Amino acid sequence: MAKVLVVTSGKGGVGKTTSTAALGAALAQSGEKVVVVDFDVGLRNLDLIMGAERRVVFDLINVVHGVAKLSQALIRDKRLENLWLLPASQTRDKDALTDEGVERVIADLRTKFDWVLCDSPAGIERGATLAMRYADEAVIVTNPEVSSVRDADRIIGMLDSKTAKAEKGEQVKKHVLITRYDSGRAARGEMLSIDDILEILTTPLLGIIPESQDVLRASNVGSPVTLNNAASAPARAYTDAARRLNGETITMMVPVERKGFMERLLGRRAA
Amino acid sequence: MSMNFLRLLSRRPGSAPVARERLQILLAHERGLRGQPNLLGILREEILAVVSRHVMLDPEKVIVRMDRGESVSTLEVDIELPNDFDKRIAAAG
Repeated sequence: MAKVLVVTSGKGGVGKTTSTAALGAALAQSGEKVVVVDFDVGLRNLDLIMGAERRVVFDLINVVHGVAKLSQALIRDKRLENLWLLPASQTRDKDALTDEGVERVIADLRTKFDWVLCDSPAGIERGATLAMRYADEAVIVTNPEVSSVRDADRIIGMLDSKTAKAEKGEQVKKHVLITRYDSGRAARGEMLSIDDILEILTTPLLGIIPESQDVLRASNVGSPVTLNNAASAPARAYTDAARRLNGETITMMVPVERKGFMERLLGRRAA
Repeated sequence: MSMNFLRLLSRRPGSAPVARERLQILLAHERGLRGQPNLLGILREEILAVVSRHVMLDPEKVIVRMDRGESVSTLEVDIELPNDFDKRIAAAG
């Protein structure tokens, strides 16, 4: 039975696209057949993070409008054979998405994949509401910072009222993913702690992704961080999160960077 | 340990407790607003219906605004009438 999962946040720049790519790749590595779908029409970036930007021919809008077949628009990952990308259009805007069109494409994807991961655009407008519309589950990405937690709360409210499941009286299963977490700063009381965020959002925790140079390094080369450096702290955190999505029970912990002596001596800039 | 010692020296407590408290107050307020879906929209529609029974007006020129204060909240209704609204009523009547 396929699962449709939306990766959303409200606020921009918190790590939705990075998380979609990393979770998608981790699920695919565990043997699941996965498609990551870019809903950020007009500002697509998932293709770039996945390293497939030069292979885009048709996109989600073309499929929604019946200009291209789904099989023509899907791009197979070069590293993992059961990982696929459905890119967004770069030239159209979010109004080109129709509710019926999205419903049809999602239903089609359900028959072909185990997991459909929808990378939501920021904001609470049409693009974001359509990305979450047909989801069974949601990953709400937030940073330990006030504006991002506030927006996450708003998005949780929308997941509980504006989705197809909510309208049927059912619930979208929600998970909070905390990214860019710095355990040192949290311990010193300079950053909202995990407990603070969970108490405020009253939503179960999927994972804690530490702030790390590896995330930027992976995006530089166009590879999900879970594939680019599987041993890195953020990759291990994403892999654990993906296993939790698959129903496994794994002890929650904040993976830490393994820093060498020179790196510690020279600080962050050494990386 | 060393960090705690440094913090004692600098006498600057972390700002996270402030962040947490501000968020809790703000979200309690915002969730309350969400709980009553579109109260302002309903008020606006009903006020527009009542006034329209007596005066011709442009629905776009009806503004309903709510301000929530700590002890008192206010409801502001701003209705712009065309200059010849009474003549139009007379003509219609």
